[in-house]
Amino acid sequence: MRETVHNPLFHVVRRGVIPAWRAWLIRGGAILLSLVACGLVTTAVTGENPLAVYVTVFNGSFGTSRKFWTLLQNVAMLLCIALAVTPAFKMRFWNIGGEGQVLMGGLAAAACMICFRNSLPNGAIIALMVVSSILAGAVWGGIPGFFKAKWNTNETLFTLMMNYVATQLVAYFCVVWESPKGSGQIGVINQSTELGWLPVIGGQRYLLNVLVVLAVLAFVYIYLNYTKHGYEISVVGESERTARYVGIKVEKVIIRTMLLSGAICGLAGLLLVGSTNHTLTTTIAAGRGFTAVMVSWLAKFNPIWMVATSFLLVFLERGAGEISTNFGLNQSFSDILTGVILFFIIGSEFFINYRICFRRSTEREG
Amino acid sequence: MDNKTAAVKMRNITKTFGPVVANDKVWLDIYRGEILALLGENGSGKTTLMNMLSGIYFPDEGEITIDGKEVVIRSPKDAFDLGIGMIHQHFKLVDVLTAAENIVLGLEGKLDLKAAAEKIRSICDAYGFEVDPNQKIYDMSVSQKQTVEIVKVLYRGADILILDEPTAVLTPQETDKLFAVLRNMRDDGKAIVIITHKMHEVEELSDRVAILRHGQFIGDMPTKKTNAQEMTNMMVGHAVTLNIDRPEPKDARPRIEVKNLTVRSIDGILKLDGVSFTANSGEILGIAGISGCGQKELLESIAGLQPVESGSIEYIEDDGRREQLIGKDPLSIAQMGVALSFVPEDRLGMGLVANMDLADNMMLRSYRRGKSFFTDRKSPKQLAEDVVRRLDVNTPGISTPVRRLSGGNVQKVLVGREISSAPTVLLTAYAVRGLDIHSSYTIYDLINKQKAAGVAVLFVGEDLDVLLELSDRILVLCGGKVSGIVPGRGAKKRDVGMMMTKLGGDRQHA
Repeated sequence: MRETVHNPLFHVVRRGVIPAWRAWLIRGGAILLSLVACGLVTTAVTGENPLAVYVTVFNGSFGTSRKFWTLLQNVAMLLCIALAVTPAFKMRFWNIGGEGQVLMGGLAAAACMICFRNSLPNGAIIALMVVSSILAGAVWGGIPGFFKAKWNTNETLFTLMMNYVATQLVAYFCVVWESPKGSGQIGVINQSTELGWLPVIGGQRYLLNVLVVLAVLAFVYIYLNYTKHGYEISVVGESERTARYVGIKVEKVIIRTMLLSGAICGLAGLLLVGSTNHTLTTTIAAGRGFTAVMVSWLAKFNPIWMVATSFLLVFLERGAGEISTNFGLNQSFSDILTGVILFFIIGSEFFINYRICFRRSTEREG
Repeated sequence: MDNKTAAVKMRNITKTFGPVVANDKVWLDIYRGEILALLGENGSGKTTLMNMLSGIYFPDEGEITIDGKEVVIRSPKDAFDLGIGMIHQHFKLVDVLTAAENIVLGLEGKLDLKAAAEKIRSICDAYGFEVDPNQKIYDMSVSQKQTVEIVKVLYRGADILILDEPTAVLTPQETDKLFAVLRNMRDDGKAIVIITHKMHEVEELSDRVAILRHGQFIGDMPTKKTNAQEMTNMMVGHAVTLNIDRPEPKDARPRIEVKNLTVRSIDGILKLDGVSFTANSGEILGIAGISGCGQKELLESIAGLQPVESGSIEYIEDDGRREQLIGKDPLSIAQMGVALSFVPEDRLGMGLVANMDLADNMMLRSYRRGKSFFTDRKSPKQLAEDVVRRLDVNTPGISTPVRRLSGGNVQKVLVGREISSAPTVLLTAYAVRGLDIHSSYTIYDLINKQKAAGVAVLFVGEDLDVLLELSDRILVLCGGKVSGIVPGRGAKKRDVGMMMTKLGGDRQHA
């Protein structure tokens, strides 16, 4: 007589490659599910009609033309920084110093606006701003790159520390350049003369930023996928030994890539100071240096997909903010909703790689 | 043997990975007091089958019975509880812990290292192992680590042992030792399964063989009643000839001259000590030696990947011009016009990029070509298609990442790329390691073709039988020194073996 044995209720099986459309179907399903979950949470907590909640979320980004342009500007800036860190990430160089590199770019731009306002014409100031902010970002990214290449220092810690140094430098100059005296803030720079303000095109304040970031997007996409430099980055990222074996100079690639990564961050700093805000504060990057890490990862380092992931994150953030104000909830509630949605999106990757097999119901003899 | 009851019965076992059927309704019996050799080509599903027995994978279909009782093995812990232990190809040990600590790691109950060490010693005495329970893993040789792995499963009370290609990393002497231990365990009534590609090991060690092909069970029989030829035919599915060609070298002239080459590792250990030899065009120079005797450093020095302390490596052009290779990196060697190809030991960690597809891997050597800032994607694609067709690479397509290919196909891709640049020097390190017979012969064939085309081939091998059959001359290394250079034709295995362990061997050829 045989004992009856039970198969486990379910077991997890690795999938082979699944077609891209099925992977996106799963991801799309996850977003839908996350919206349902958000609706349930909101209704449970506030008693509001979930549909009204979704309408509010939507209105947060598309309610008025001003909200829409704010959305575009935020997406553009987040995307720009995500594009900046991506070449480094592809090289498995974990640059989490985007925040500091942006700040240094912004600092350089503000310095040009303030120091040369009495001596140079507007055009020259802007040209100087562009060059110096890109250089400042590149230097701030290049330093950890250099140390990594020469002495194999840990880039995560190094870039993180560089953020604090940059923040303190900006804090110092905020006091040096404070206006009015005693406020500890710079205030709007050159408000009356608008010297060093980047031009407004098409009557839209934020259009310039969007266009510049689109150009950066095209550049990064082509650079990573179609150039020899991009190919070298992939090889170094996948295996340094292979890179050396085929004669790639790994140190050179690391430093070069970090210079580029920092330079694009510096450009983002220029846009934030010269175009969006016309001022400099320690929080001008607004945590985007870190959010950009998530944007890049969620898109699997693909620049085109990053448009979608950065849009998604900004859209959610603004929608959640709108819920908080409209329904009289505080900011923490929007964080909860963002958390729920990210949980579903990141969790869906599991179902793309694995399949769950449930116990078959057929009874076995014995 | 047929009257024994099976310790393990696997029935109708099926396992799929996505679209790939790794095991297709496999039947397998494992008996106590017997060593079973599980044979099959790369990718025939041997390891998958054994992984299901040891709880790493869960079968999609089928039943497993242990001692007549149907069981469900959900995890490695379930397997241990049933007395099944597997020793994997890649060891799973914590480097900074001692042997004893590794062995008790993860066991429940009070931690008593003294008692554990006692028990380890008694296990070692019973079967003839040599393990120092207090030695740290990082201080151990590969063979010692393997011994710790075996003791680990015995300590947990395993009496069904599975060894996945245990001899791939061992020297001949260590292999003999391992076999003696396995025989002791068999005589003690344990059931032993060994996965291997080496026919002479199967014949020497096993009592019974079972053969898988393309995930299906082909048959099993007592080892005594079969032979290498029959087993190979069953594995491959058609008749194969087991002879390696060795045409006479044509128009051999010096191509690479190495003089007094001395190399130290980063830790300052002498790896090569005054090595001198000449490699000729149109000739295969076999390099024999116990693993770690400087083979890797020798090839990497020539390829420009290894800093050299002293000596000279000269490349001799057809017109007699000489180029010094020392102090140059692979890029400058290539820029000098030296067509040097290198098939390194670590295929996926050095020769290829595992996550890139075939076409991108073809680009590794050629992507710099041209002045353009952009890469040329078309010619690598063509080359990839060419290699797939000419070398009969089994792949879904050229945009498949190479990590998804089986070992033999990975090697074909690597060799295919390296010979595509029409080299004048070809360096190969363990070109057939882990490859099944069929793939191995394909590789020998490719190397012979290069030789016929006038390439100077340096062939580092571990299987002496193959070295003796393939090489025109054999350079024997012993502890970083040249122990001797003997002609391949007529060389005796015993003599070369002696030279590997002792400088100059017994001086017969000196």
